[in-house]
Amino acid sequence: MNNPADLTLTDLRDMLDKGDVSSEEATRAYLDRIEKIDPKVRSFVTITGEKALEQARKADKVISRGEASPLTGIPLGIKDVICTKGVKTTCSSKMLGNFVPPYNATVMERLEAQGAVMLGKLNMDEFAMGSSTENSAFFQTRNPWDLDRIPGGSSGGSAASVASRLCAASLGSDTGGSIRQPASHCGVVGMKPTYGRVSRFGLVAFASSLDQIGPLARSVKDCAVLLQAISGPDTKDSTCLPQPVPAYADACIKGLDDFTIGIPDEYFVDGLDPDVEKAVQAGIEALASQGAEIRRISLPHTGYAVATYYIIATAEASSNLSRYDGVKYGFRAEDYSSLMEMYKETRAKGFGAEVKRRIMLGTYCLSAGYYDAFYKKASKVRTLIIQDFKDAFQECDAVAAPVAPTTAFRLGEKVHNPIQMYLSDIFTIPVNLAGIPGISVPCGLDSKGLPIGLQLMTGHLQEEKLFRAAFNLEAALDLDISWPEL
Amino acid sequence: MEFEAVIGLEVHVQLKTRSKIFCSCSTEFGAPPNTHTCPVCLGMPGVLPVLNRRAVEYAMRMAVATNCTINRKNLFARKHYFYPDLPKGYQISQYELPLAENGWVDVETDMGSRRVRLNRIHMEDDAGKLIHDENRPVSLVDLNRTGTPLIEIVSEPDIRFPEEASAYLKKIRQLVRYLKISDGNMEEGSLRCDANISLRPRGQETLGTKSELKNMNSFKHVQRALEYEIRRQTAVLMDGGEIVQETRLYDAAKGVTHSMRGKEEAHDYRYFPDPDLVPIHVEDSWLEEVLASMPELPDRKRARFVEEYGLPEYDAAILTSSYDLADYFEACVALYPGAKKVSNWIMVELMKLLKLSGSDINDCLVTPDALAELLKLLEKGVISDKIGKKVLEQIFENGGSPSEIVERQGLAQVSDIGELQQLVEKVLDANPAEVEKYRSGKKKVFGFFVGQVMRETRGKANPKTVNELLRKMLGS
Repeated sequence: MNNPADLTLTDLRDMLDKGDVSSEEATRAYLDRIEKIDPKVRSFVTITGEKALEQARKADKVISRGEASPLTGIPLGIKDVICTKGVKTTCSSKMLGNFVPPYNATVMERLEAQGAVMLGKLNMDEFAMGSSTENSAFFQTRNPWDLDRIPGGSSGGSAASVASRLCAASLGSDTGGSIRQPASHCGVVGMKPTYGRVSRFGLVAFASSLDQIGPLARSVKDCAVLLQAISGPDTKDSTCLPQPVPAYADACIKGLDDFTIGIPDEYFVDGLDPDVEKAVQAGIEALASQGAEIRRISLPHTGYAVATYYIIATAEASSNLSRYDGVKYGFRAEDYSSLMEMYKETRAKGFGAEVKRRIMLGTYCLSAGYYDAFYKKASKVRTLIIQDFKDAFQECDAVAAPVAPTTAFRLGEKVHNPIQMYLSDIFTIPVNLAGIPGISVPCGLDSKGLPIGLQLMTGHLQEEKLFRAAFNLEAALDLDISWPEL
Repeated sequence: MEFEAVIGLEVHVQLKTRSKIFCSCSTEFGAPPNTHTCPVCLGMPGVLPVLNRRAVEYAMRMAVATNCTINRKNLFARKHYFYPDLPKGYQISQYELPLAENGWVDVETDMGSRRVRLNRIHMEDDAGKLIHDENRPVSLVDLNRTGTPLIEIVSEPDIRFPEEASAYLKKIRQLVRYLKISDGNMEEGSLRCDANISLRPRGQETLGTKSELKNMNSFKHVQRALEYEIRRQTAVLMDGGEIVQETRLYDAAKGVTHSMRGKEEAHDYRYFPDPDLVPIHVEDSWLEEVLASMPELPDRKRARFVEEYGLPEYDAAILTSSYDLADYFEACVALYPGAKKVSNWIMVELMKLLKLSGSDINDCLVTPDALAELLKLLEKGVISDKIGKKVLEQIFENGGSPSEIVERQGLAQVSDIGELQQLVEKVLDANPAEVEKYRSGKKKVFGFFVGQVMRETRGKANPKTVNELLRKMLGS
């Protein structure tokens, strides 16, 4: 028998249901692989082997009774920004280095209800702020395709672990591209749902109006299955949408007749790596080959997206991160002689440089006398970006574009140039500002052999269309890419 | 130069919903520290607030009662500052688009009536409490109170006198109690007040520089702090000095205010709309529900008491001072139709007993049935007023029915003419000297004879009958 760790989630499901493999065997296969491979990739912050085996044995009983749900017994990795009851949830920050939540995120409740297995918690940029996972306070996660390169970020651990076959699929979070960009860099499928589709309860907040949890997996269908399991209304999150959840995997059907795909001019600009452009164009042709009508469109306010994002996201972050004050939980500085000093020392030593940079930016944007010029203005521009997409989806079903301007860059290449780093999210940010779903699907390799992702976007709650287009892209390309050797 | 004080109040009222405003923890007062807490009100990572609908309804009641316009769309905003009793590092409050705006209440004092306009009423969550250790240089944090729903009622600077400020506060308290949305207790902190006060030369339009007063825990404190502040600011201005904009704390022990922080140290709260909460939309149906739940308000009730029961203004004001007292009065009147008589007995006798025992009309053992029955016994002449008061006291202490007490203790008045005539004769026979005095013109002795007859009957003789018999038999 093949190593169960080499199977897609969907194929593993079949094997489990047929009794060809047990969840315990699959879980052990993954734990073995983690033990062997992860010291090179370094995607896991916490490995919960014992707990995983216990969950797997429980899942096997459920499967043997014929009561399996789509995720029963499936070994998953979870980004360390999602609260897991009784298991350390660090956000890859010194501030929460020893924080053990006494509660589960709603997505964890849903995974547990289905009997999914959690292998461990995955590394990320501190508090999900970054595009390379270089901002982790603990260690650098590497790109499995080239260990000298970044895996992308902030869900770098989530993407690298899936690409290295250290879990069947994973959960990440996406505030400005944090699922799609690392998925693109690691050659996996990564999807950001409509804002409000997945409950944010238990997702440690970076920018509340932008954050969404989403799946990363080895195939479009795997993502659809995982998204379906975690989606839906939640009384614990007022911003969670009430609409029922369709069967996303069923949307993965062949053919794109009567399907129009818009190609926004604004996404094919100077600075887009020629290899990336070539692969994306090949992807668009593949979509056309499935029957889709391809149409040039314009999203005129795209150029303002990065600036808008870095005002709104940092403003919200500066507020959300106020609670880390050393009083109640997490890190507290040792040397202080007054309350004010305790706050200052705790926050100076507990947060890394990028987090502090964003707290300062955000604090500034919300300050008296600056609010109107920054936050309020940014909110207005955001409305224009939302309108851009609304207009676009009047004439097309989905929009196709690159995920990132380049493939994975080298470790340290952009560490000292935050603006360069911020620009690597230029194509992913508009989706978050608009609150619409987006997905990154592998569409080829560059001349260095590094994966390239094509991004598809659809309208509000149009996840089915998104999966349909993505599934057809994946099928039409039928990329003959072997997984990276490690 | 003569100065005029310009005063505006910011009143915080704790709403007595069963659970907190953004989580399901209990709001019960007095539990062991940090037992009424959960990840949400503790501000743990990743948790989200969910709005308590009941808290909004309570706030809406107050908005309606104070003639405010309810914003059909209103928003929560975050107000940022660092303090250990504020676990999130921000308070969830309202800033742009608060729940309600532009209201007013009428306030009466000895100086007359004044309409105090309200700028706004908004909702927010309460902070926790710090307990400063007396023996060690540490503070302990109790987060039970964190997340208790509050409304903040912001007045326009329409108040001119400390007495008016106090009367305004009492009016707010009366309203929240009528509406049953808060205990309105300043000592326990369910009603809190900050005051903004400035002086200006009488006749001047523009406002002077204000100071903000905090830490006033009773109506008296508010009045005294304002009185002190008027004296202080007057002295500064008369000296040719300038008032500094600052926040001042009231020291109740010394009766003075002292500076806490200046304008420069004021917080920049960095308000912005809370992205974790969706805007509140008040649909017609919801507003109608709230309107239907509104009780009759004190001003209206007072006017009705005058009109419907023919009570003097004074009686009506006292009886409607609390909703439950007014209810009690009306229950009594329904059973005994003499409104003024009921009013007298409640205002004089019952309220004296309530005051002495420090208890509340709701816990009173004298039921409306009992009071009505007592008044009937009085009217029928079964007992005298004096005995009536004693019976009332007994019922107040131990409960029971007036007729049974009168019966069991033999308190019924002796009105039988034959019986009383014998007693009167007996008294006159026993006191020939006094009879002589009376007949020689010393009419004052009459009272002595009444007293003697009452003593014989242990107070039960019908005084009217005794008087008549005495007059007849003494031949005057």
